[in-house]
Amino acid sequence: MAEVAEKVKKEPLFSKKNLQVIKDPFDDNNPVTVQVLGICSALAVTVQLKPALIMSLGVIFVSAFSNLIVSGLRKSIPTRVRIIVQLIVVATLVTIVDQVLKAYMFDISKKLSVFVGLIITNCIIMGRLEAFALGQKPWPAFLDGIGNGIGYGIILVAVAFFRELLGSGSLFGMKVIPQWAYDHGYVNNGLMVLPPAALFLIGIYIWVQRSRNPKLVNVS
Amino acid sequence: MENLLNLFIKAIFVENAVFAFFLGMCSFLAVSKKLKTAFGLGLAVVFVMVLTTPLNYVILNYMLAEGALAWIHPSLATVDLTFLSFILFISTIAGAVQLVEMVVEKFAPALYSALGIFLPLITVNCSILGASLFMQEREYNMSETFVFSLGTGIGFFLAIVLLAAIRERLQYSKVPPALQGLGIAMIVTGLMAIAFLSFSGIKL
Repeated sequence: MAEVAEKVKKEPLFSKKNLQVIKDPFDDNNPVTVQVLGICSALAVTVQLKPALIMSLGVIFVSAFSNLIVSGLRKSIPTRVRIIVQLIVVATLVTIVDQVLKAYMFDISKKLSVFVGLIITNCIIMGRLEAFALGQKPWPAFLDGIGNGIGYGIILVAVAFFRELLGSGSLFGMKVIPQWAYDHGYVNNGLMVLPPAALFLIGIYIWVQRSRNPKLVNVS
Repeated sequence: MENLLNLFIKAIFVENAVFAFFLGMCSFLAVSKKLKTAFGLGLAVVFVMVLTTPLNYVILNYMLAEGALAWIHPSLATVDLTFLSFILFISTIAGAVQLVEMVVEKFAPALYSALGIFLPLITVNCSILGASLFMQEREYNMSETFVFSLGTGIGFFLAIVLLAAIRERLQYSKVPPALQGLGIAMIVTGLMAIAFLSFSGIKL
C-alpha cells in the first residue's frame, strides 16, 4: 500500500504532464485539423448546434472510456487480434450511447441517424487507441481520450455555430438575426445548410490555424 | 428493375457516400495523394462493400430483427436483438476483411501487393459500416441491398480517383503555405461536392 501511495504522490492526478495530455489536442495537436482523424462525422452533423453538441458529448464519452478500457487490457490483448478487440470495446460503448439517446432524446437520435453508429469507425477513437492507449497507463489514457474528444467537439461546435448562424439565422434553434434585417433584404445563405459548406469551413479553419502557428504547416 | 437502376444511379451520383454524407472521409483524404494508390483503395472498398453489406443484411434479418429467431423455437418469436446490430456489423466487417486479406494473399499475390496495406485500413472505413447502417435504417430488401452497396462502393471509388487526379495537378499550383495539404484538399472536396450537388436535380 505504501508503495502505491508513494507513486501517487510522485505523480499527482493532474500533474503538468497529464494536463499537457489533456490540453494538447485542443489546438496544437487537434485530432481533426492536425491529425486528420474523424473527419467523416465531423462534417455531417454540423448543420445545427444542438446535434453537434450531443454528438461531441457522445464522442468524448466513447473515446475516454474506450481508452481507459483498452489501456487496462493492454497487457492481455494479443497483438494479432487487437483491432477486433478494440472494435468490440468501442462498439459496446457506442451501443450504450445509442440506446441512451434513443430512450431520452429521440428527436436528436433521429437527426443523427446513422452517425451515432459511425462513432465506431471514427478514426479518432481507433487512432488514439492505437497511438496512445496501447502503450500508456489507464489514467493518462483516460485523459487523452477526454482531451481528444473535446478537441473534436471544438471543431464540431465551431463549424455548427457558423453553419446554423449563417444558414438558418438561429442558434440552438432560436432566431438570432432580427426580423428587421430580413425586412431590409438580408437573406439566409442557402449554401451553408448544404454539405459542401462544412468542407469550406473546415478548410478555412485549418488555414487560420496554420497561419497563426506556422509549425503546423506541412505536417500532413 | 427500374427501381433498382434508380437506386444504383442515386447511390453513385445523387447521394454519393463521400460528397453527401462524408463517409470514408479519413481514408479519402489520407490516401488520395497518388492516383495509383487511390485506384487500389477504391477497388478494395468496392469489393469489401459488396461482400459485407449483403452479409450484414442476412445477419440482421435472420438473427437480429424481431421474430427472426422464430425458426429455432416458437417461444423466441418475440425476441428483438436489434440493439446488438453495431457489434455484429463491425465484427462481420472486421472478420470479412481479414478473410479477404488471407484469400487474396494466397491466391492473388500480385493483387495483394497492390492492395496489401489498404485492406486492413478498410475495416475502419466509415463508408462500409455506413452502408450497412443505411441498409438497416432504410429497410432495403435483399436485391436493393446488393445494388445499393455496389453503387455506394463505386461512388467512393469515383470520388477518390477524381480527388487524387486533382491533387496530382495541384502540386504544380501556387497555394498559400498555410493552406497546403489538408486545407486545400478540403476546399477542393467542397467544390467537387458542389459539382455533385447538380445531380440532385435529376428526377429518377
